[in-house]
Amino acid sequence: MTIADVQKILKAELVCGGDLSAEVHNACGSDMMSDVLAFVKDQSVLLSGLVNTQVIRTAEMMDMLCVIFVRGKEPTAEMIELAKEFDIVLMKTPLRMFNACGLLYENGLRGGDGI
Amino acid sequence: MKLHYEVAGDDFTRAGEASGAVKATLKRLGFPADVIRRVAIAMYEGEINMVIHADGGVADVEIEPDRILVTLTDRGPGIPDVEKAMQEGFSTAPENVRNLGFGAGMGLPNIKRYTDDLKIDTEIGKGTCIRMTINVPS
Repeated sequence: MTIADVQKILKAELVCGGDLSAEVHNACGSDMMSDVLAFVKDQSVLLSGLVNTQVIRTAEMMDMLCVIFVRGKEPTAEMIELAKEFDIVLMKTPLRMFNACGLLYENGLRGGDGI
Repeated sequence: MKLHYEVAGDDFTRAGEASGAVKATLKRLGFPADVIRRVAIAMYEGEINMVIHADGGVADVEIEPDRILVTLTDRGPGIPDVEKAMQEGFSTAPENVRNLGFGAGMGLPNIKRYTDDLKIDTEIGKGTCIRMTINVPS
């Protein structure tokens, strides 16, 4: 699916741009960035309820294309600036983590080899 | 090519800037994506550790065609038990650090996971020096 599909499925609001037509196949959901760095491999989408700049830096280190904040969490202005610099799409959804991950899984996104 | 960075200890939001800069440099130089990611993650974990535990430090990076050497040096409290610190899940990070998404006891194990060689020199009350090598497959 594309990032635009992810947005539609999660009824997510786009926070900042990037390429919405990019294809994504794997995702991970975590509030613990240490675990994302440890277990994630080749996932292009990160779902998180954690709000600080290290979420964006972690996504960048892992070459992710899109970060979705669950539970209606609002990324800060600093995070948005950083995401723009790294060309990472940011979105927010009112859905809780479990439901957001479940919907994406149901629609074909997978967790890959990691968590 | 040699790079040098100061890692500020008082600003968690800036932790990772040096790793990000190294990642961008390696990309520009055309290193394989897998090598770049391994260097970036290992150095990022080390940088976070320096900010969390040691009030910052310095990062030196040597880029050679066949290997990348990252040396992180701090004047922090030192690691009392390196063997324990290498165990996944062991952490001495305070609660406020865990709330920021780190301190799960994955830092050093992660660095080991992503590097080909890891050397830790540490002395209580003096500081820690971590040398990590990532080989570039020919």
